[in-house]
Amino acid sequence: MTTLLTGAAVLGGEPRDLAIEDGVLVDPSAIDRDRAEVIDASGLVALPGLVDLHTHLRQPGGEQAETVASGVRAAAAGGFTCVFAMANTNPVADTPAVVEQVHRLGLEAGLATVRPIGAVTVGLAGERLADMTMLARSAARVTVFSDDGHCVHDAELMRRALEHAAALDAVVAQHAQDPALTRGAVMHEGPLSAELGLGGWPAVAEASIVARDAMLAELAGARLHVCHVSTAETVEVVRAAKARGARITAEVAPHHLLLTEELVRSYDARFKVNPPLRTDADVRALREALADGTIDIVATDHAPHAPEAKLAAFADASFGMVGLETALQVVQMACVETGLMDWAGVARAMSTAPAEIGREPGYDAPLAIGSPAHVVLVDPAARAVVEERHLKGRSANSPYLGRELPGRVLHVWHGGRRTLAAGEIVTGEIVTEEVGR
Amino acid sequence: MRHLLTASMPRDEAVALLDLAEDMHQIQDRELKKLPALRGRTVVNLFFEDSTRTRSSFEIAGKWLSADVINVSGKGSSVSKGESLRDTGLTIAAMGVDGVVVRSGASGAPALLADWIGRPVVNAGDGTHEHPTQALLDAFALRRRIHGDAARGKALDGVRVAIVGDIAHSRVARSNALLLPALGAEVTLVGPPPLLPPAASDGTRLGVRAEPSLDRVIDERPDAMMLLRVQLERQAGKVAPSAAEYITGWSLTDERLARLGDAHLLHPGPMNRGLELSSRAADSDRSAILEQVTAGVSVRMAVLYALLASDHPAPDHASSVSGGAR
Repeated sequence: MTTLLTGAAVLGGEPRDLAIEDGVLVDPSAIDRDRAEVIDASGLVALPGLVDLHTHLRQPGGEQAETVASGVRAAAAGGFTCVFAMANTNPVADTPAVVEQVHRLGLEAGLATVRPIGAVTVGLAGERLADMTMLARSAARVTVFSDDGHCVHDAELMRRALEHAAALDAVVAQHAQDPALTRGAVMHEGPLSAELGLGGWPAVAEASIVARDAMLAELAGARLHVCHVSTAETVEVVRAAKARGARITAEVAPHHLLLTEELVRSYDARFKVNPPLRTDADVRALREALADGTIDIVATDHAPHAPEAKLAAFADASFGMVGLETALQVVQMACVETGLMDWAGVARAMSTAPAEIGREPGYDAPLAIGSPAHVVLVDPAARAVVEERHLKGRSANSPYLGRELPGRVLHVWHGGRRTLAAGEIVTGEIVTEEVGR
Repeated sequence: MRHLLTASMPRDEAVALLDLAEDMHQIQDRELKKLPALRGRTVVNLFFEDSTRTRSSFEIAGKWLSADVINVSGKGSSVSKGESLRDTGLTIAAMGVDGVVVRSGASGAPALLADWIGRPVVNAGDGTHEHPTQALLDAFALRRRIHGDAARGKALDGVRVAIVGDIAHSRVARSNALLLPALGAEVTLVGPPPLLPPAASDGTRLGVRAEPSLDRVIDERPDAMMLLRVQLERQAGKVAPSAAEYITGWSLTDERLARLGDAHLLHPGPMNRGLELSSRAADSDRSAILEQVTAGVSVRMAVLYALLASDHPAPDHASSVSGGAR
């Protein structure tokens, strides 16, 4: 089967053709055009399949909110071909049995590659290290370790985890939140938290942990990845650590590039997320940091919740927002339409760089001939109000419902297999071999 | 007026509400304290947190207006069995009640209920957010103290009020910091630095001036001082100071009372005598503390009347008094 995409703006550049054959990108001039399926891609931007280093798929244990199978539908709808599944499931992904289960569920679901993340500490309890080497050597091949949802806040544990990670060429992805500074915190600390009478989460609780961890990573000769950077203060800490030569990478979540704490005025728990929505100044600093490379990647922190977890008083509701379906639209709005980034930059921040951090092969030469055919076609001129029907996962706790966003992900190929066609999920046969390696 | 969720309201609306409370106040001198205004109306006092005095005050206010008043307490009800705030609210609304008075430990809960249940909601205190009827009764009592029987139509222009205590966790302080300046008063918040809320870039806190030193504020001879209830068990030793430290810095002791002159003293209750203020201060003729309790019934009658009386021509209150809803 050969597919020819004609006239696509590849990475936002001059229109040209792309051809997909046997799961890889091939030279369009070398195919038999009469036997190819032809898709008119004029006016569309071609991007490499997106890679999300930070997704909560909730399985096992949280199936009322999301499963691996429903989560990869959300991924495909958003243009993602690979998602890294966070370890805060129930049971926690701290044993080979759990990561191998998630890995297998991903293979069965198809639509996207699912890469389980391993816990840093047993039960995410922050008391003793998980068996990181066993997780790395399992069939799930864990390359990213994270206690996300909790900060590895004991400095010695963090140091030893980084030492293990260095030996495994793995990365520790830290949820940077000093627990002592954030007791009862449910929103950004500042004049607005004072006015609303909600517990404040000061910016320093993030930046101080990142400063410490960068030094520990240098000591261990390890790679550190900072999850969901949310403040201008943390951006400065990351910038300084990079300038020293620390092996530190950082991510920003789409909602922190677009939304501010002002939304919390409604007490609507759709806007409750951890780390919290911050200020305009933070949003500006995060956008600039992503554009200049201080922040390496965008990662969704897709966090599905059943309705009852959000239909509660703000302090009582769960933290988190779904984000896979809308991530690319938000980045287009916050960074492309503002002139801060071009599409090649988006491809780097949402595909090449996260794959590199997570050691996922096949994404290092985006849309190049010979690369696995992870391809996304986006209509950048579309604009639509986000509605529940656009959300393809199991949960609808999106902060963008009712808000107009630009761009539309139309078609997605994962290792040459079509997963999204004209915006609709293509339910294929069950795949049990690994795709696109 | 659809709901009373916040004490943030324009001056003329606040004055009108206080004037309505003056009308209600008159009936306290009557032998038969009952108006027929809310006959046939049902008000539910939905209290997720214990509060004998606020609940009783709302209950008396409703009964003096001839409403049927039902008390639903969070404890021992389905609420304590895990029923959600929303389901509880919808259940009560489905019983055909006309208005709900809500006390909750969660900031913003009354605003959410107002959205969900489509009935008038009165915020009777939500978490560390607001307690608008408390601010109204404070303003009412203070206005009477200053203007006596000629209070009607007046505001609190130029009246300097110091609010002392755990400002960060006080819904009373928040509502007063909104209402009193709208009435022309100058508010200063006073408390141990860890118990002051985060400052804005201009240095104000909750939109008004803050000052850590009670002694400096006393030297300024304010016209009124409101002492807030202090709960030192809250993060003792970390956020809150010890009792001895609090008394040293922020208690209205006899010595400070003497220096304070003739300022009116307010306290939302319940008092910790010897901690927030000395017994001599509480019992002095400067103390308006029992007048506040009396004012509470009048103000809550005015609020229930404005929300629930079908013949009350109050549409011009509507926008801002319900300002906390969306």
